[in-house]
Amino acid sequence: MRTDAMTSVSAGRCHQCVVSIENVSFQYGRRNVIENLNVSILQRDFVGLVGSNGAGKTTLLRMIVGLLKPTRGQIRLFGQPIERFRDWERIGYVPQRNSLNPLFPATVREVVLSGLYGRKKMFRGTTEADLKKCAEALSALGIDDIADRRIGQLSGGQQQRVFLARALVNKPDLLILDEPTTGIDAETQANFFRMIRHMHERHNMTFLIVSHDIDLLHSYLGYEPKLICGKLKFYVKHSHESENCAETNLIHSLREFRADREPVAAARK
Amino acid sequence: MDIFAEPFFQRALVGGVLIGLMAPLIGTFLVLRRFSMIGDTLAHVSIAGVALGFLLGVYPLAVGLAFAVVASFFIERLRRAYKSYAELSIAIIMSGGVALATFLFTLGKGFNMDVTGYLFGSVYTLSRADLWLVFAVTAVVLTMLVTFYKELFLITFDEEAASVSGLPLRTLNLVTTVLTALVIGVAIKIVGALLVSALLTVPAACSLLVGKSFRHSLYVSVLYSEAAVVGGLVAAGIWNWAPGATVVLTLILLLVVTLVAKRGMNARK
Repeated sequence: MRTDAMTSVSAGRCHQCVVSIENVSFQYGRRNVIENLNVSILQRDFVGLVGSNGAGKTTLLRMIVGLLKPTRGQIRLFGQPIERFRDWERIGYVPQRNSLNPLFPATVREVVLSGLYGRKKMFRGTTEADLKKCAEALSALGIDDIADRRIGQLSGGQQQRVFLARALVNKPDLLILDEPTTGIDAETQANFFRMIRHMHERHNMTFLIVSHDIDLLHSYLGYEPKLICGKLKFYVKHSHESENCAETNLIHSLREFRADREPVAAARK
Repeated sequence: MDIFAEPFFQRALVGGVLIGLMAPLIGTFLVLRRFSMIGDTLAHVSIAGVALGFLLGVYPLAVGLAFAVVASFFIERLRRAYKSYAELSIAIIMSGGVALATFLFTLGKGFNMDVTGYLFGSVYTLSRADLWLVFAVTAVVLTMLVTFYKELFLITFDEEAASVSGLPLRTLNLVTTVLTALVIGVAIKIVGALLVSALLTVPAACSLLVGKSFRHSLYVSVLYSEAAVVGGLVAAGIWNWAPGATVVLTLILLLVVTLVAKRGMNARK
């Protein structure tokens, strides 16, 4: 991430720029939620976006995924202005879990498969390749044994894995997580975060994690925010700081990662 | 039992089965998006159209259908204007529809208006032309649902994720609303405007309780709905009951039985 965006990033047209936010302001009515924000998230950055309620985290996130238009300024994704951006499968998104209605009848498999339904797949049926990708994601996250259960019947930690599997099924370049650990017990949170860290350290992926609580991220991202804009604080670990980017197959490496950390699950198989 | 040999009863049964097929399919999507009341709204608006049809001497069911479709565009427009209060758009259009219908009724005093048939349903007066209209609408609705099944699933499950994957939300929302208007427009002839909402929502309410997956829930909702339509129409034919009301009461009876059975099963666990 660079905070002096306009000078160093040459107006965001550099190739490693995953997200560039250029002079972006957003107003609700007359209230300025975000004022003149300049941020570039570079390839393989790990960015933690922290702020209290009403700081504009969700607003910024919704702008980045194209649900809201900035009042002023420009957002680019992978160098392209967001209005013309079409490669949405390069972005994985893990929503807040509290938006899930427990009565919704979808199974784990249906949810993970839906990660593949993008604009480019419209008017096309589900292929064998899609089913295979889905099965791989399910097994990488260790949820293949619950693939046919309704998502509302699962624990918070399991649901979190389902949403992560859905986001990873396309093997995205940018992973956006919105409050990923709310309502999950401390141990599951720590496990989840270790998995995210593993993905960052071993793979060519960029992360944007939104949270109102940075405790879990501090040990990884440090205690000093790299940029403060209004009530928004950006913590960041730059790409060059993480080591051993092996660029191996994400799904396989996640499976191995789990085998290391979860002896019980591994023994069962 | 000679009523079953009568052409009017056979037409009623065929029309009922067609509507019993498409209403719960579209209804499941609506219920899961917390849009259960849209059926009532569109039904009230189409009554206004029916009244206008009588006044002008034009085929009332078609005018009602056209009104419902136009209203569905307004609902979408208002829904965008009052984003987080989607139900407001429904309340506005509903009262607007009732007001317009009342206005047109009073204008039409002295005309022989068979409006009660459309308020409470008059399935036995289903003409050959009506049946063709129902058939055409069924073909359109089923084709659209099959074509956009994946996309509608994703929008229903997680609208934000749908947006992040680049799906054209506005278009798909409009498609859903217009399809709903089509279903309502023809279904008022069967169960009447005051009851049509039940055909959309009650089968979905049943299938949410027993569905094993999203797809399975859709099938189950159709089973419930067809059981109620066929059972209700036959019972009404034998004992000379009001057909629309019998269908709806059968549906609600099925829901109660399902709830009790479900509770019994949970208690045994």
